[in-house]
Amino acid sequence: MSDDHYSEILRRDPRAERIARNRLHALHVAVSVGGQATEVRGPSGLLRKNPHTVGFTGPNGIKRIDRLKGNAVAIKNGRRNAPGSQEALLPLHVIAEPAFTIVVVPDMVGGRLTAHDKDVLGQAHKLARAIEADSNETGVVMVVAFGVCKEENFDKAGVDRLLLLDSAEYEGYCPEQQIAALAQVEVRFKPKYWLFPDSVHGGTDLGSRLAARLGERPVAQAWQVDTKISICRGAGGSVDITRATPRLLMLAEECANPIDESRHEVLPVAWESIPVVSPQLLDKGQVAVDPNAIPLAEAEFILSAGNGINNWDQFHTIAAALGATEGASRVAVDDGYMPRFRQVGASGTWVTARVYLAVGISGAIQHMQGIGQCDKVVTINTDAGCDMVKRADLSVIGDSETVLGELLSLIEMFRQQPHQSQNSVSNSVKNAVENGAKEGAENAA
Amino acid sequence: MQPDSSTGLNGKGQDLKIVSLISIGQHPASGRARRAEQDGRAVELGMTLAASSSTQNLTVLHAGDSQQAALRSYAGMGLESVRVLQLRESADAVKTLSEYLHKHAPDIILTGVRAESGESSGMMPYLLGESLGWPVVSRIADIVSIKEGVAEILQALPRGQRRALTVRLPFIASVDNAAPEPRQSAFGPANRAFMEQQQCHSEPDTARNGWSIVSARKRPKRLKIVKAKTAADRFKAATAKPQGAGGKIMKNQPAAEQAQAIFDLLLEEGVLR
Repeated sequence: MSDDHYSEILRRDPRAERIARNRLHALHVAVSVGGQATEVRGPSGLLRKNPHTVGFTGPNGIKRIDRLKGNAVAIKNGRRNAPGSQEALLPLHVIAEPAFTIVVVPDMVGGRLTAHDKDVLGQAHKLARAIEADSNETGVVMVVAFGVCKEENFDKAGVDRLLLLDSAEYEGYCPEQQIAALAQVEVRFKPKYWLFPDSVHGGTDLGSRLAARLGERPVAQAWQVDTKISICRGAGGSVDITRATPRLLMLAEECANPIDESRHEVLPVAWESIPVVSPQLLDKGQVAVDPNAIPLAEAEFILSAGNGINNWDQFHTIAAALGATEGASRVAVDDGYMPRFRQVGASGTWVTARVYLAVGISGAIQHMQGIGQCDKVVTINTDAGCDMVKRADLSVIGDSETVLGELLSLIEMFRQQPHQSQNSVSNSVKNAVENGAKEGAENAA
Repeated sequence: MQPDSSTGLNGKGQDLKIVSLISIGQHPASGRARRAEQDGRAVELGMTLAASSSTQNLTVLHAGDSQQAALRSYAGMGLESVRVLQLRESADAVKTLSEYLHKHAPDIILTGVRAESGESSGMMPYLLGESLGWPVVSRIADIVSIKEGVAEILQALPRGQRRALTVRLPFIASVDNAAPEPRQSAFGPANRAFMEQQQCHSEPDTARNGWSIVSARKRPKRLKIVKAKTAADRFKAATAKPQGAGGKIMKNQPAAEQAQAIFDLLLEEGVLR
């Protein structure tokens, strides 16, 4: 038998045990099992707790034992803190002098990081840690963000350096200008990796453009990446291609876990001027599409009706005025006011709208499941205690017909004001879109 | 959809040379070779454009094996011929294509967004654009009009939205699934169509030699990791309903004020256009 094996055997010390039992012994305090240790190994090898050493005196002078391992609400001077006290500050990840840079170009849909962007940032840090382990060099993850930025939690998403390009030439669709900026980043930082989300929100477009410009052969739809090998989907998602990791990667969703255990510096990157290119692609703005031709599952803005609607003509008018896709709860569909394909919820469509306006819907659990992925929920309801009000970001308690009437007049006022996005699109485009929408609706029907 | 004649595509004396690039598709379930979805749309869009211009000037171009039966399903859409640049399977198509296109100088090149076979990285239009020096328009849904050498294009955005763009000819466009569906392919015309073969010298794509290609594994589902340290926290994470962190409730205000609050929120979120 080896020595290791002997060391595992618990050896009793009868003398120490005897002193520990005898509270009058001169050495009792020093030797005692109960000294200051809370947990000691008993003679039979079991862990024993000494209840005399744990706990604290509670607010009423009664001794309490904290069984939450210090995670309970902290008690000071016999008073509880207000519930929801501030959360613990995550450790700050500081890199003063980076040896290399990994650049991430997120989609920033609506000016905020998407879940996909956060996954890509997590992947960037995974690559940085791997390089650190190999070569003992530390690097930073730099984010290049274009256009208006509303994100506030860059630090928690894992952004060490931030290059924010939000001047006028980066507004709207401007891939050529963006590529000019990224080419400058390439010259100045020589990034170890370029990471793009492989998404329809523009990540694929920008990544492919940059890859063509730099002459890199990128991986697309990569879902498992380390510094040596990446696995990506090919042939329309039917095969996995395993290949050496190139410098430019377009990553699939859920490629890595997002950062959640550290804060990062978000130091702004000083930047000299970038040449303004004269674009060949001119953005003429978004075109108004018929909202009811958009499939319910992917509509951005849904106006949904339930049992609380009495005036259906008004509902359709206001949906048209808002430019919202119409949805309905099960009751409204069962009663025959709305077609079955408009039903939102477990047995209808699971929607992903950014803004969901529910009118007269109390929020059955099946309906709440259907709107689980919605960002902002607004409700108009007569019952302040219903589930929909608990879920909603803004709840209006009152008669739906009056509130909708007021809302309609507000929108009409808003539409009468001349504003930018409507007049820039030529009539021919509008016609084409309307025709296309009609065809789409026919196909759907 | 037919563009209306007032804004139509056939400006006088305008002969557009259009090239639609096609590839061999693959059925997602059976894996059989077929007409690729997006490439079919590229041909459809090309045919619509060519029909409205004065001369029928659409070239449907494939780089690869001319014996592929799936090429006939493109021809069955009513094409007289399909031009094939004969390449070996291991060859890199980009160089051959860009040489061909440089020589023939079309006005519009239409492709799919991503091929359904091979690497399907979606890089083809960008690489062609870079080598020809032309602008690339990604994911178009329609070409609305072409006037005085400037095309007005609808680009497909996520969530069924559209963006209007203008671009000067010549350009390369990748056609999204939002474009009009390709017409039906008929067997007779498909068989009668002529396959114009053109021998090309090709360079093998050596970068692919080191790759290993296997059929796609199912991706592991992301686990919901609960980082609670105590039993109480774990219990809460497992049972508590996710709730919007205390939304604003307006109960006794007048209706006008309530409507204003909703209106402001909609405006702030940018859904009112």
